[in-house]
Amino acid sequence: MADPTETDAEDVNELIAFRIAEQDFCFNIMSVREIRGWTPATIIPHAPSYVRGVINLRGAVVPIVDLAARLGLEVPEPTARNVIIITQIDGPIVGLLVDAVSDILSASAKEVQPTPDVAANGSEFLSGIITREDKMIRLLNLAAILPETVVAAA
Amino acid sequence: MSKTDELRTTFFQEAEDLLEQLTDGLEELSCGDADPETVNSVFRAVHSIKGGAGAFALEAIVRFAHRFENVLDALRSGELAMSGAVLDVLMRSSDHLTVLLETARDGTLEEDDPAGEPLLAELMGLTGATESPADSTDEVDFTPMTMALDDLSGPGPSELRFHIGFRPHDALFRSGNEPVFLLRDVCALGEAEVQCDLSGLPDFDSLDTEASYLAWQIALQTEASDSAVHEVFEFVDGLCDLTVDQDGVEPLPDLPSLDPPSGPGADPEESAPTPEPAAAAYPPPAAATAASPAAASPEAARASGAARPEAAGKSAPPQPVASTIRVDLHRIDRMINLVGELVINQAMLTQAVKRDGIAQGSDADVGLEELRTLTRQIQDSVMAIRAQPVKALFQRMSRIAREAGSETGKTLRMVTEGAATEIDKTVIEKLADPLTHMIRNAVDHGLENAEDRIAAGKTPEGSIRLSAAHLSGRVVIEISDDGAGINRDKVREIAEEKGLIAPDAQLTPNDVDNLIFQPGFSTANELTALSGRGVGMDVVKKSIQSLGGRVSISSEPGDGSTFSIVLPLTLAVLDGMVIEVGGQTVVIPISAILETMRVPTEQVFQLGTNNAVVRLRGAYVPIVDVGAVMGYRAPVAPDGEHVILLVETADGVRAALLIDAIHDQRQVVIKGLEENYGQVPGVAAATILGDGRIALILDPSAIVGHTGAGGGAALSTPLAAE
Repeated sequence: MADPTETDAEDVNELIAFRIAEQDFCFNIMSVREIRGWTPATIIPHAPSYVRGVINLRGAVVPIVDLAARLGLEVPEPTARNVIIITQIDGPIVGLLVDAVSDILSASAKEVQPTPDVAANGSEFLSGIITREDKMIRLLNLAAILPETVVAAA
Repeated sequence: MSKTDELRTTFFQEAEDLLEQLTDGLEELSCGDADPETVNSVFRAVHSIKGGAGAFALEAIVRFAHRFENVLDALRSGELAMSGAVLDVLMRSSDHLTVLLETARDGTLEEDDPAGEPLLAELMGLTGATESPADSTDEVDFTPMTMALDDLSGPGPSELRFHIGFRPHDALFRSGNEPVFLLRDVCALGEAEVQCDLSGLPDFDSLDTEASYLAWQIALQTEASDSAVHEVFEFVDGLCDLTVDQDGVEPLPDLPSLDPPSGPGADPEESAPTPEPAAAAYPPPAAATAASPAAASPEAARASGAARPEAAGKSAPPQPVASTIRVDLHRIDRMINLVGELVINQAMLTQAVKRDGIAQGSDADVGLEELRTLTRQIQDSVMAIRAQPVKALFQRMSRIAREAGSETGKTLRMVTEGAATEIDKTVIEKLADPLTHMIRNAVDHGLENAEDRIAAGKTPEGSIRLSAAHLSGRVVIEISDDGAGINRDKVREIAEEKGLIAPDAQLTPNDVDNLIFQPGFSTANELTALSGRGVGMDVVKKSIQSLGGRVSISSEPGDGSTFSIVLPLTLAVLDGMVIEVGGQTVVIPISAILETMRVPTEQVFQLGTNNAVVRLRGAYVPIVDVGAVMGYRAPVAPDGEHVILLVETADGVRAALLIDAIHDQRQVVIKGLEENYGQVPGVAAATILGDGRIALILDPSAIVGHTGAGGGAALSTPLAAE
């Protein structure tokens, strides 16, 4: 599967940056369809714990992935202040539950450093690291965080 | 899509209409109420197909259609008399033509057509008496005009001379047009002489600077067509006086390529030495296609039992053209989705208004009520767009019955009723396979052979009736034969032999009949060419159930059997029961539910450690705790607070679903989970409730199968969604 966060053909990529549990993450903005507030989701039976359920996005049934849970971070119960980033990667539309959207960055492929080899939980979902104003922003590998059922469906 | 592809698609679409017209005509002929116009319409259909096929160089079709057409022509001119034998050949030819067109559409049409050779010989045999030596060579003479597709833009080079008069109105200037550009464009078409006509110019004193006084005369020598000249002035149409006279006397050739499917047919028509008694019989191309929608109304009248209204219909003036349009299915689906949204939105609005305590009878309340009515009407109309008459499907089934008849050597008569009944296009498509199987079964197993029929005091010709009708929001399709009926003793014997029932089981005659739907059951003693392909009635039942329908059988020994299929009108909505279990609101398809009741506590018995059964009318039915199976909550002990839904799964297994409460019973719009998430065990699809939240539509078969009660059915059989 082609990774939309690594479109090296373009020199500079626009990235959307957001926060989860006091950590900064980003991915290619071309995958973002829209950003909306949190609405309660309908539970899907037998779904992985990081799948919050499905919501109604103007008639489409869209699953919500709790990124904090997916990345092994602390998972508070979502409130109205939480944000869902609706993404579309190779077909399926998936909502990502995050704490807040913080910025939109431009970064060239050269600026992306490889992820340091640590045994940290969740590092398999990162495809690199970008530095901005002393902050370390983790570049998410979107394809890797999708639930298996979605990957199978795509 | 390239131009060629588009034309090809159009050709096959129109060919479908023409085939329908052909089948209709032949059917009328077989009913014996043929008038000359019927033969004509059949002839025209075949002829148009031939013309279109010629344009796409589909040689095998052209060759076959040509022979076919010759026979029809002989019939039309009275050289050949209609008889049962002739009709039989015509019917089979029509079937073969359908097959040829289907293979051509799939792109697998071969240059020669071995399967059609015997039929070709038969067709030639029919016209043999009238065939002159010249005729036998006409295949060579018939040179269909293959379209030169790059020629579409206009006719070949030929110098034309135009005189163009151009007098702009004031409005032309006011709308920002500039005559200089127009004149320049005209000059670009060829050699032009432009003269300005100043005669309209007034005295300087009375000159209005905002008014237009000038006119131009242009003499143009060009290779471009009349339409190209007009095109230059297209955008100032109505803003000027424009005259275009052409004095190169050479008239423009007709553009046959602009109407590919039937247009080119006109040319071979003239070159072919086929006798053509009435030139007027060749219709304007559009009339041929318009005839098929028009034919639907007599069809409907026939279904309602009116006595042969066709005769009246035929003498009526021809129907006005262009009563139908072709629309891309995606556009309709999109519209259906949007209307689904509208319905949900309207429901949410209603709830919001109620919650905010707006008085009943207030303007807002009344307006909302009107909105609701309108929304429902829009929804119905949009659904109706997707609906199509089952006619084409029925015609295909007639063909299959005929094929099956000739393969088994049984003569039969196929009667269809209610072919105008409309069902969702997707349902129709998915019905084709199960219906084919049932028709083949009816011919193979249902009908007896001629000797047995005569011995039973019946006509030697068997009869199969296929009917469709609307019945309280659903569609009922029935397949009846007048054969021997189900041999219940034999069915029982086989079922016992295969271990499907206990030898001492008490079964009603109807129970016995329904055994044929059991997996692993097949009554045929030997594997015949027709049935016995490893597909049984259980597969038929499954595919009908996957459409949200049910199939049942009633049989009368000696008088035949009737299979009834009850289907929802569309796959986009479903009759559902809105229930609550473990704090979740979910929907269960009503088609699966046999009964609902409070838990009869005194009839519940424990079986093993974790399982319970309920005794209903003497039978023990396993209780399935939906909340636990779906993981909504821990298993609970069934008590009087809970509700039981008695369901029957696709495999015919009964189970009692234990739930918390029943909220509502309503139609819900089916939304797929698959495209964005994937399959969920036990869940068929999703829907959106009035509050805008998503509710899952559960699949009772999968839930029951999950517990092992259903003999280990696969854990998710998703309903066809959207």
